[in-house]
Formats: sequence, C-alpha cells, structure tokens
Amino acid sequence: MINLNEVFETNKMIHEMNLDVRTITIGISLLDCVGSTLEEVKENVYNKITTVAKDLVKTGKDIEKEFGIPIVNKRISITPISLVGGTVCRTPDDFVELAKVLDKAAKTVGVNFLGGYSALVSKGMTKADELLIRSIPKALAETDFVCSSVNVGSTKTGINMDAVKLIGEVIKETAELTKDNQCLGCAKFVVFCNAPDDNPFMAGAFHGVTEADAVINVGVSGPGVVKRAIEKVRGENFEVLCETIKKTAFKITRVGQLVAKEASKRLGIPFGIIDLSLAPTPAAGDSVGEILEEIGLEYAGAPGTTAALAMLNDQVKKGGVMASSYVGGLSGAFIPVSEDQRMIDAVNAGALTLEKLEAMTCVCSVGLDMIAIPGKTKAATIAGLIADEMALGMINQKTTAVRVIPAIGKDVGDQVEFGGLLGYAPIMPVNEFSCDDFVNRGGRIPAPIHSFKN
Amino acid sequence: MDKVVITVVGKDGVGIIAKVCNYLASNNVNILDISQTITGGFFNMMMVVDPENSSKDIKTISEELKQIGEEIGVVIQAQDEKIFDIMHRI
Repeated sequence: MINLNEVFETNKMIHEMNLDVRTITIGISLLDCVGSTLEEVKENVYNKITTVAKDLVKTGKDIEKEFGIPIVNKRISITPISLVGGTVCRTPDDFVELAKVLDKAAKTVGVNFLGGYSALVSKGMTKADELLIRSIPKALAETDFVCSSVNVGSTKTGINMDAVKLIGEVIKETAELTKDNQCLGCAKFVVFCNAPDDNPFMAGAFHGVTEADAVINVGVSGPGVVKRAIEKVRGENFEVLCETIKKTAFKITRVGQLVAKEASKRLGIPFGIIDLSLAPTPAAGDSVGEILEEIGLEYAGAPGTTAALAMLNDQVKKGGVMASSYVGGLSGAFIPVSEDQRMIDAVNAGALTLEKLEAMTCVCSVGLDMIAIPGKTKAATIAGLIADEMALGMINQKTTAVRVIPAIGKDVGDQVEFGGLLGYAPIMPVNEFSCDDFVNRGGRIPAPIHSFKN
Repeated sequence: MDKVVITVVGKDGVGIIAKVCNYLASNNVNILDISQTITGGFFNMMMVVDPENSSKDIKTISEELKQIGEEIGVVIQAQDEKIFDIMHRI
C-alpha cells in the first residue's frame, strides 16, 4: 500500500512545484464535414465539434477534482481546414467565415484554444492551401480562440520556399492587423517543418489525416518539479544528474498517462498519445531557463547551453517513454521566450540571442518560439529566419517551428505584453543584412540525402 | 469504487483526527489505514479509505472534507488513490 512519504511527495509536486497536466486535447476529424456549399460545411463543422467535444471541459474538471491534479487547459485540434473547406471556399474571406464558425464552436464547448486552421504544403500548395494561407491574418484578427499552423517542409519532401516567402508576408500582415492588441495574432500562428499529426500543444495542434475519427492527446508539464529534483544533486556528476531527471520525468509522465486514460474512458474516445514536454509558464518556479541555470549555467545562452539542453531533452524522453506506451507530439523541452521568466531575464541580461536560440532548437523541441522581433523587420527577413529553422528540421529529421511576433511600432529595448500563459517578451534584435534575393528565388529546396551524415 | 487517500496538513491541535473520523463514520466510509507524523509542530496525516458503501461520491467527499478543514484550520484533501499508485509503483 502507498505510504505517507509517497503521498506527500506527490502533493508537494502539485502544490509547491507547479506539477500539472498542461492540456487535454481532443483531436477531431472534420473530413466527414465536407459539403457542397459553404453554409453546409459551416453547419457540419459546428455540429461535429460541439457534439464530440461537448463533455470535454466537464470531464477535465471532474478528473481534476477527483485526483487533485490541475488540468490547465482543455483544447481541440481539428483536421487541417484547407482540406475541409477546399471544395467550397473560393476566396480567403470564405475561409475566414469558417474560422469564425470554429471560434464559435470553441466558445460553445468552453475550450480555450482550437488548433487546426492549417495547411500542409511541404511540397506544394493547392489553390485551397494558398487561399487559406492568405486568409490567416484576417482569420486570426477576427477570432479569439482559433490557432493556425502551416507545415512548409519535411525531411522527405524538402522545403517549399514559395510557401516560406508567403508566410513571411502573412506574419507581417497578421502583426499589422492585430497591432492594437499587442500583435497577438502572431502568437496564435506557427510554421513547421516535419509537423507531427498528434501534437496536443498550441498554437501548432492539428488533427492529422492519418488519425482516427476522434482521439485524446495529453500534454504533461513540470519544469518546476525537475528543477527542484536537481537542486538536490547540485555539484554531482552527469550520471547522477541524468538519473535524477529521468526518474522525475517518469513520475510526471505517469500522471499524464493516468489523466489521459481516465479522460479517454469517460469520454468514450480512444487514447492517442502523451506529449512528454517540459512546457514552462511565466509563473515563478515553472521555467526551463531555471533548470538550465541549476545545471550550472549563469544564464540560459551561456556557452554550454546547447549541451545542457540536449542532455535535459534526452533524459526527459528516456524517463518518459518508460511511463507511457504511446508517446508522440512534440515531446521535449520547450524554450519559448515570452512564456518563461528566466529566458526573458537571460535576454534582458544580454546572455541569450536569436542565434543561440536557433542553435538550441537543434537539440530540443520545438523551435524559435514566442520571440518578439522589431516591427520594422522585413517580410523577406522573417522568411529567411523561417527557412533557416526549417532547414534544421529537414536535415536533422526532427520537428522545428517558428512563432515570432513582429511588434509593430516597437524596436529593440521595448517589450510586448501578451498576458496570461503567453507572458511578455523583450524585443530581440534581428540580423538586418538582406536575404531578399535568396527568398525571391522561389521554388523548392530538394529533400536531403539520407546517407553520408556528417 | 476506487480507494481514496485523505491527507491532512496543518498546525497540530486537539481533535483533528476525531473530526475527520466522525465525518467518515457518519457517511459510511471505511478507514483502511492511518499514518501520521508531527514535524516542527506541523501535523501530517494520511488515511486510506474505502468509500464503496457511502452514498456520496469522491467529489462530494472531497469538497465536504475541504470545508471541515477550513473550519478547524488545516488543509484536508481527498484524492483517488490511483494518482499515487501510478506515480510510485511500476
């Protein structure tokens, strides 16, 4: 039988170290919502989402109460909407109509985000894909809870540079359209290479076409728990450090597994995967930056950061895979800037630069995340940043992503406040040398060779 | 129904266990195990109980115990035992 110390250890993790389940996300296939008119598709989409997910929030709250574990977010991911609206949407505004229906459905069921206003264009864009991408700025400006993503590359297909160029412009336009609201639209949009089909985390969640009709995916978190655990082995060698992280990751993931199984049973929807991620929040003691400091760095960004992060990420996975039979999604340490107080501090101290963040994304999930850049940054420069990050993903056979916020009217030295889980971000300098001719070439970067790995 | 773990944490005082046990008895909840320690004047208690014959579900028990805790100045939590089992047992 369970003993006193074990019970208090678990409760201490929850109450003092911010252990929580970050999200229960229902993935819903909307492929059967295709119709012959836009009105019909809108109605089908609304009905399907509000039927499948109607008990999600209540079930989440019940589990929370019965097990005494906070479940911070309840969310929905859907089939990439370019596939669902493709036959009936003739203009970007038609897609915006669909976005508004998604927003309404999200509000009806009480979730706080719905992801999947997406297109998968890693090799080429259909007309519908292009219309959807062009509609993103308006869709994000006119809805509250809809999140959007575009997959522009993969290890198997290469990088669609036409899409990358277009996305650079889309990000700028999204920032412009939401400039009275801290350019918040850009915080709801992410561009991917090798996007996973079963990611429960926003803004990049969508329900891939390889998935079943509906599925439960759960994202766990717990940077605070890892930080407190490794405090106890300060000064010990890497073997001891790694063991400690692995054991802690195991415990965190087990909680996620329990919640996922319970949610799946109660909702009558199959369990998909656990996403083993260390997802920080702006709250004190819930930071990946702080873990890096505890490992022995003055600030995240100091020499050694990439190695420390690679080790951390690997141990989290090693501990986590033992705890759950099905692991998927992004699984790794997140390094968003605005959502992590110690990362913000590292930027403000001058320790962490965009280039170092880019290096760090080679060894962890997921990419350049929640980074505010000067509003004057050119669309082509943003496309260049995206191309670099996509190349890292393509060559290293991993998911990479970019979620940057050009803060319109602001420059290095200012900051943007998003509030809530999204936090605030100091504006980081971007290399201003031109990459226009590179971006304007157009076409596709070919898939890489899968041998001669150096 | 699953077993429930009740934890009580707070400043030590007279009648804490009595208060919790009275509530459990009057709601037909069977106590299977009790352990407690007092460190630095702080009272830590854990009970494993079986609510199978109770008319109340774990959510109600949890809410009512929380309220009793507030009345006597301690923190009382009732949680499904599975969360501890899954974390500490392979």
